Amino acid sequence: MANIDAPATAEAAGPPKVAFWNDPIKRGYLFQVVLFLVIGFLFYSAATNAIDNLQKQKIASGFGFWNVTAGFDIGQRLIEYTNTSTYGRAFWVGLWNTLLVAVIGIVLATFLGFIIGVARLSKNWLVQKIATVYVEVIRNTPLLLQLLFWYNAVLKALPEQVRDSLELPFGSFLNRRGLFVPDPAFGPNFTYVWAALALGLLGFWVFGRWARKRQAATGQQARYLPVAIGLIVLFPIAVYFLAGQPLSFTYPTLGRFNISGGLPILPEFVALVVGLVIYTAAFIAEVVRAGIQAVNKGQTEASYALGLRPGPTLDLVVIPQAMRVIIPPLTSQYLNLTKNSSLAVAIGYPDLVQVFTGTVLNQTGQAVEVIAITMLVYLTLSLTTSTLMNWYNARKALVER
Amino acid sequence: MEENLAPGALVGQTAPTGALAHAYVRVEPVPSLPPPPGTVGAIGWVRANLFSSPANTALTIVAALLAAWVLPGMVSFLLTDAVWSGADREACVAKNGVLPGACWAFVKDRISFFIYGFYPIDQRWRVDLFFVLGAIGVGWMLWQNAPRRDIGMIYFLIVLPLLSYWLLGGNSWLGLSAVDTARWGGLMVTLVVAGVGIVASLPLGILLALGRRSKLPVVKFFSVMFIEFVRGVPLITVLFMANTMLPLFLPDNITVDKLLRALVGIGLFASAYMAEVVRAGLQALPKGQYEGAMAMGLGYWQMMRLIVLPQALKITIPNIVNTYIGLFKDTSLLLIVGIFDFLKAIETARVDPQWAAPTTSATGYAFAAIVYFIFCYGMASYARSMERRLSVGDKR
Repeated sequence: MANIDAPATAEAAGPPKVAFWNDPIKRGYLFQVVLFLVIGFLFYSAATNAIDNLQKQKIASGFGFWNVTAGFDIGQRLIEYTNTSTYGRAFWVGLWNTLLVAVIGIVLATFLGFIIGVARLSKNWLVQKIATVYVEVIRNTPLLLQLLFWYNAVLKALPEQVRDSLELPFGSFLNRRGLFVPDPAFGPNFTYVWAALALGLLGFWVFGRWARKRQAATGQQARYLPVAIGLIVLFPIAVYFLAGQPLSFTYPTLGRFNISGGLPILPEFVALVVGLVIYTAAFIAEVVRAGIQAVNKGQTEASYALGLRPGPTLDLVVIPQAMRVIIPPLTSQYLNLTKNSSLAVAIGYPDLVQVFTGTVLNQTGQAVEVIAITMLVYLTLSLTTSTLMNWYNARKALVER
Repeated sequence: MEENLAPGALVGQTAPTGALAHAYVRVEPVPSLPPPPGTVGAIGWVRANLFSSPANTALTIVAALLAAWVLPGMVSFLLTDAVWSGADREACVAKNGVLPGACWAFVKDRISFFIYGFYPIDQRWRVDLFFVLGAIGVGWMLWQNAPRRDIGMIYFLIVLPLLSYWLLGGNSWLGLSAVDTARWGGLMVTLVVAGVGIVASLPLGILLALGRRSKLPVVKFFSVMFIEFVRGVPLITVLFMANTMLPLFLPDNITVDKLLRALVGIGLFASAYMAEVVRAGLQALPKGQYEGAMAMGLGYWQMMRLIVLPQALKITIPNIVNTYIGLFKDTSLLLIVGIFDFLKAIETARVDPQWAAPTTSATGYAFAAIVYFIFCYGMASYARSMERRLSVGDKR
């Protein structure tokens, strides 16, 4: 060490003078100041130009429009809305519609995606080929094209006459006006069933904690599946019958010119959900396949060598490790599905973009505010999800030295 | 082993020592038996891959039923029952109450509309030339053993965009009449937008990725903000923003072409995604490469240009191509903001009364799907072959 230090002390008498543009620290400061000024100037000129242009075009600014009567109808609403409601109300209707598509789409796409992802790894040649063709075809064509296909070429080609409607299982009907499904009516006693379900879930959570603790202490494994079925499925069903079966359905019935009863679902909604599910499932399938393949074959072999049978091997060794690889890209697929649901605007499903960035923007002309709000909604969804994801990753990450 | 010692089959020979005089030792191996008939050839393959267990057999039957349900219908719709020639909708309407299959006559009739849109007919050779020049550039870039790929790079990134701009938009110096972008359309617009996105997003993405990994807080802040913002919102809102807000942000004496606005939107959107792909490559590079470069006395840009980026980009080529596939598919969203791209051309033609028949829509979409599939699958195959090629060096 001493002889390395020696030259340094010799030079310490006077560090060589460096021109400030050759000093990385000073240059860094200079560069950052310049960048800050340039971007600041861009924002400033954009803002002044925008104010200028808006004044010339006599477009109001600010969020005053939020409480103005909208005056248009929306085809599907989960919350109360009439054409005398405000633009703000229309925003909420659109947002709920987006969330509805996103939630239903995510659930169905996860099911389909996992099935296809596993099929892609199947030893059965036929199954594997079908899954591969599905994934390749769906992933290599644009989503918008698929949505237009489902809406214009499939749903619009359905029978127009009510009496020609396609009959589907569970007393549902499908025709050009949409899908008509049985409308569930929840009796007042149904609250007990919900309560039973919540209680069952809570009970299972408590049981899980106890079982893990016992396994850590004694090594005895608990049987999760029967307990889960008992608490989460059988218990609410028992309560349902005890409460006097408080759920009834009104079935759609075919009339001569229209369908009465039942729950009508917009054809746009059907097309959007079908398109999004089929498209996203192909991507989820690839995520699942990659996740399963990421688990080293040695893990399975080691597990067999320890005497675990195939079932527990899958449960205790393969799936937990595959999930660690699968979950992060899976969440980004969920986010993609949510963002892609904005393509609803192309087929006219009243989602956030169609209602708010479409109709409200056209009626008020307040592009800056409307687009800013829309973007903020999607940003909030994305950032919340990625925060949760980071938290999950941190929890599940391999503890390395 | 047991077979070798089965007495009946032995050709005896006494051992030379004499101690084991009664023992027989085989000199020649018995010819091996043929494998059981059910395990080789076509039957063996079918057994192993389709009917290895009851569950597998059930799976095969279900899959075969599914295929039998889908495939014949598709084949008869797309090929055997399809209408291949005709002048107008009469060719594709139901005859004797039987609906024919795909109306390919419609695609045949409208193919030039799908490719060129409303581009003036006597000027369409310019678009053809643009396709040829583009194909040369793409081929040069993709073919790994092509001669002088450095010139190819310059051609692809600088010469080709300029040439295409003059060729398609018109240039008085070259004697080409001006063609307004409002008349551009069809596949040509899709390829122009995808091409601009591809050429612009890589350098921008690299800069953003470097910015995100920069030690300068202001640079890092702006890069992170941009990337996270753009990745957090749907492309359609970015396009709406480019379409409606860009004109507001500029002084009112500057008007921006509608196509250019869309290009700005798509380019910025793609570069944010590209930035994350490049960042993954930068992170995958061992720290020793950075330290080695610095120890050699290279400055930041030298280090990036000579050491880090060549390696980082090499390992990310498959992901970069995947981003390009996404970009290519995303160009279809332009129809929502009123750009006349390929999908919009299909949408316009399929509702044209001249060809309005029950199967016109499905035919148009099938054709569009085939075209998009060819481009995207081509890119995906290239990415896969690159992946194999790049992994050769990593194999032990």
